[in-house]
Amino acid sequence: MTNRYIASIDQGTASSRCLLFDERGRIVSVAQKEHHQIFPKPGWVEHDPGEIWQNVLEVVQEALAKAQLTLSDIVAVGIANQRETTVVWDRATGEPVQNAINWQDIRTDHLIHELASEAGQDRFRERSGLPLATYFSGPKIRWLLDHIPGLQERAEAGDVLFGTMDAWLIWNLTGRHVTDVTNAGRTMLMNLQTLEWDDVLLDALGVPRAMLPEIRPSAEVYGEATGALAGLPVAGALGDQHAALFGQTCFAPGEAKCTYGTGSFLLLNTGEQPVTSANGLITTVGYKIGDAPPTYALEGSIAVTGALVQWFRDNVGVIGSAPEIETLARTVEDNGGCYFVPAFAGLFAPHWRSDARGVIAGLTGYITKGHLARAVLEATAWQTREVVEAMNSDAGFELKTLRVDGGMTANNLLMQFLADVLDVPVVRPIVAETVSLGAAYAAGVGVGFWPDIESLRENWHKAAEWIPGMDSAVRDKGYRKWRKAVQRTLDWVDDDDDDVTS
Amino acid sequence: MPGSIQSIERAAAILRLLSGRSRRLGVGELAGELGLPKGTVHGILRTLQLVGFVEQDAESGKYQLGAALLHMGSSYLDGNELRTRALNWADSLAARANESVRIGTLHEGQALVVHHVFRPDNSRQALDVGALLPGYATALGKVLLAHNPYATDAVIDAGLSPFTPATMVDADALRAELNEVRVRGWAADVEELVEGEVSLAAPIQDRRGATVGAIGISGPIERLANSEGPRSELISYVRESARAVSRDLGAIPW
Repeated sequence: MTNRYIASIDQGTASSRCLLFDERGRIVSVAQKEHHQIFPKPGWVEHDPGEIWQNVLEVVQEALAKAQLTLSDIVAVGIANQRETTVVWDRATGEPVQNAINWQDIRTDHLIHELASEAGQDRFRERSGLPLATYFSGPKIRWLLDHIPGLQERAEAGDVLFGTMDAWLIWNLTGRHVTDVTNAGRTMLMNLQTLEWDDVLLDALGVPRAMLPEIRPSAEVYGEATGALAGLPVAGALGDQHAALFGQTCFAPGEAKCTYGTGSFLLLNTGEQPVTSANGLITTVGYKIGDAPPTYALEGSIAVTGALVQWFRDNVGVIGSAPEIETLARTVEDNGGCYFVPAFAGLFAPHWRSDARGVIAGLTGYITKGHLARAVLEATAWQTREVVEAMNSDAGFELKTLRVDGGMTANNLLMQFLADVLDVPVVRPIVAETVSLGAAYAAGVGVGFWPDIESLRENWHKAAEWIPGMDSAVRDKGYRKWRKAVQRTLDWVDDDDDDVTS
Repeated sequence: MPGSIQSIERAAAILRLLSGRSRRLGVGELAGELGLPKGTVHGILRTLQLVGFVEQDAESGKYQLGAALLHMGSSYLDGNELRTRALNWADSLAARANESVRIGTLHEGQALVVHHVFRPDNSRQALDVGALLPGYATALGKVLLAHNPYATDAVIDAGLSPFTPATMVDADALRAELNEVRVRGWAADVEELVEGEVSLAAPIQDRRGATVGAIGISGPIERLANSEGPRSELISYVRESARAVSRDLGAIPW
């Protein structure tokens, strides 16, 4: 019997990557290529979909070449992708009508305010699970329809098609116009209960149904690739954070993962029913495997975590590299009473206060750069605790263990402090590439390479575990101080600040 | 040698003598070796001391190489930085070897564990990052000592005490072993720290070829060794991961 492998495409914000995994979920090859970040105006971020498609083809070929494999060694390909980034293309020519509008792009800010002014930020929360915010695809489609002459008519006739990156890649690979349900759930156009496009939402945003892809499960054979990857079944797709949840095998209600990068994303499996958040979290589809019922999740995103360490490195300059922050932080025993709330662009989940700005609280003459380094790292842990408390309250059960991945898990001091302030064990799996692994798992289950999702659990192994060891009085006091520091960020932005803050 | 600067040549000669076998020399000894007046040698030593390239031993008054120079030579890499750069490779070694992985850096003749990956079998294991392992009785330590003769001298001077009957307590035997480790590029400890346990390690090098750490696996002798010694496929996994980390640090240009 020959060894066979699953190819996983991670179409991310900065780059496209291809990883090949063996049957035990081990990485056998990695290839990566960055694409251009296009900034036409302040606050606008675009990607060239054609460049991304070419890069994806290249990284797949490169990953095969590095492992000395050919297409015939690959059983199926899965896709994980940057979420919400919006492409509209011509059905006949396949040419995008313009660059993709990236999820970070805030050009829909005014549109969002208009939509919210009538009924508030939660206007579509019940149906879509999402608060009104610039990230989501639906308003980006509306912007394109408003700003490209004739596009509305072409969209109504079905001559142009919309897709997030999963749909764009599947269309280019197979010729089918389909999207995975986790990606569809980030458009603000999908009904969270029916998992279909919702007429009320389509009407509210004026998006023609004819341009939308068919919504399909996260794992099934969408089609066979033609062209350079001819014959390869495309059998799985998930938004990147959903892929990480799946790759961490958080298959049971109550299991949660947090991916620590520039920002951090905590997703909690809540089972077969969507839980509407009373605490400002997002309700989302975790994954849907074939005909099985969907698994829902609560999502809390933290805007500034690794970004604060980068800020400390680049803007303050007392460390030369991000990992050195741990060395600096270990020069002191504790934070010296100093707390750093990085509300650089306001407070997000669970506070949602755009009038807040960052503070360093508790400064005294005693505070050194070591204490500041501690406060920088602790900010990530305290922000996680706020999201976890909101989730516990919404979901009605307590988190038992937090599975972590992402670059910041290399920081032992942070991971131990995280376990201490959450008062639950924090575990890191042996495959850090959970996003790619999740997409590989979806594709492998989609073609029967793995018989079922339970069999995937056998591939999940602890690489490290941090056990809580903090005295509860210390923890409670720390959290009390953190919340006081958070209070001090509020009501900072004034009406006449607009010109300097945005 | 036309165009060369005499005082720099003399300083280099002093540093070369101090990096030789005896390591610690007085002004008189240095002057004798170089055939220079004591006053000249003393002047050069004072300047080298100012820039941290030599240090004077308070008790004996003799000179030795300074910390600044040693740091340059050993190319100090922050342990947290090393862990971050090696994270994926350490995971992949643990997955391939099916054993726990540790990365160590040299700390006063011992191996300081800066990274630890559990054996991927979901058994109960505790993180031992921050632990110090004896340099002469572990594979990690032997790799680190093999590339640092100063630390080796200090370890031998401090005395080699046995942990098991297999621990190397003879200084000459240890030196010979470390020499072999340096030449062949990997080290083993076979029941030298704990009876029934084996560890294997290989050096992590930076772009200047300096050894900045060691990566290795450890586990029961039944799994890590056979009748001929450490299992060759495990040695190759360890060496491949060490090379992969080194390549990421810029050591190997291909």
